[in-house]
Amino acid sequence: MNAFSHPAAVAPTIGYASDERALIPPAVKPRKTGTRRRLALGRAIPFGALIGPALLIVVWSIGSVAGLIDPRTLPAPWSVVGTAVDLIAEGKLQGHLMTSAWRAAQGLVFGVLIGSVLALISGLSRLGEAIIDGPVQIKRAIPTLALIPLLMLWFGIGEGMKVTTIALAVLIPIYIQTHSSLRSIDSRYVELAQTLRMGYGEFIREVILPGALPGFFLGLRFAVTYAWLSLVVVEQVNATSGIGYMIDLARNYGQTDIVIVGLVLYALLGLASDGIVSFFQERSLSWRRTLAD
Amino acid sequence: MASHLGGLSGAPVVRVESLIRSFGPRTILDGLSLDIDKGEFVALLGRSGSGKSTLLRALADLDDKVSGSGRLETPDKKSVVFQDARLLPWKRVLENVMLGLNLPDAAKRGRAALEEVGLGGRENAWPVELSGGEQQRVALARSLVRDPELLLADEPFGALDALTRLRMHDLLRQLCARHQPAVLLVTHDVDEAVTLADRVLVLDKGGIVADIAIDIPTPRDHGDRRFGEIRSELLRHLGVETKPVLPV
Repeated sequence: MNAFSHPAAVAPTIGYASDERALIPPAVKPRKTGTRRRLALGRAIPFGALIGPALLIVVWSIGSVAGLIDPRTLPAPWSVVGTAVDLIAEGKLQGHLMTSAWRAAQGLVFGVLIGSVLALISGLSRLGEAIIDGPVQIKRAIPTLALIPLLMLWFGIGEGMKVTTIALAVLIPIYIQTHSSLRSIDSRYVELAQTLRMGYGEFIREVILPGALPGFFLGLRFAVTYAWLSLVVVEQVNATSGIGYMIDLARNYGQTDIVIVGLVLYALLGLASDGIVSFFQERSLSWRRTLAD
Repeated sequence: MASHLGGLSGAPVVRVESLIRSFGPRTILDGLSLDIDKGEFVALLGRSGSGKSTLLRALADLDDKVSGSGRLETPDKKSVVFQDARLLPWKRVLENVMLGLNLPDAAKRGRAALEEVGLGGRENAWPVELSGGEQQRVALARSLVRDPELLLADEPFGALDALTRLRMHDLLRQLCARHQPAVLLVTHDVDEAVTLADRVLVLDKGGIVADIAIDIPTPRDHGDRRFGEIRSELLRHLGVETKPVLPV
């Protein structure tokens, strides 16, 4: 349907054009300034991260006061605080906390050391990769918690089993992230090291280790979370001390308030350890400029 | 250039004979021969894909994965400036200059080299905090701090803006006059080659098709008549005709 088949169509076209001109004014109207939507998020809300949790506590308090929440289901915030104060006064809470923290720390240290060493060997040599990478990937496919029955048969139910379980869980993210970060080091830097006639030791120290550091820290943040996660499980499976044991015992006696104290403690430990890791991460990686800066 | 010894010296520092380099069925360098004298500044021009970088990488011992043959003599003390500054982002500027420099006075030499390229006082900056031109100056300092007998530069100013590039030309000329390394500068910029070099080579089809000594006193003026003649000749070797295109 083009203009050639209908010469008469020319007239309507002109009419349409003039119609359109009549429609133009709205588009010409000056746009109000300041109403244009900005794509950036805008200024950060001060202490914004605390608003959500605070709101949660407010709702919890109102629910408790109004009698909407059964204290057997969820005791009021203040009675949880009261229980925590009592437990501290009796010295129980500190004891359990120390036991748990010590287990997590040991598992974390062993897991991080073994994971890093394996990542380096596997990342820096073809033979190392051939030997190490397969077993680690197999281990990765098996959830650590599924290994607990076997570990109990091997190591009994003592500290050895608990620390081993945590270390095995921690090892995986450290290995995976460090290895992948190391392997993705720009080959141009390797070339540079060669033209600068660096020795192998210097190459590892100046190029490989710093290059793998971002991955290591990412792995470490996962690792810390995994350490607490495994801790909870091993302590509830079989233990005579620790926060998990405290929670399990409280469950037996229906002491919901103590269960809540334990959960809050886990949350605080998780947040604190993640904060510590990200503090060191920022300090060690201060050479980077990313979207977050 | 003052450093040009015009072949009067004895043994050349770089000696390449019948160099062959190929990637699979493609022969990039086909029996290439080249000598570079002590302190001589040689620029290497060529179309993209002509093998400029292959030759430079062969001289820099960076081509162990490439098949080939030929005789290659280069000095032990050589350094490379790449097109990207190639600074380690996790090392501060001074540490980058000192990389691989295992000398007791490495820090002192590093500071002096940074001073020389006009970056005194920026020793503790991170590479990301520097502009492109500044990063390339750090790379120059890193090369010169090693007192190289041979400086290999692979399009070192290719990524810089025109003004910065002119300043870098001056800097490189001063540094070379002072340290007198033999230089092989790979570039695709004819003016850059004629401005800086004692001798300009054109690489094509795996061999050197032109070898022109630049007999213009320094500093060289782009508007100079002789400059124009040499430029036209080089462009002709590069397959670019500069004759008027209007038909008679």
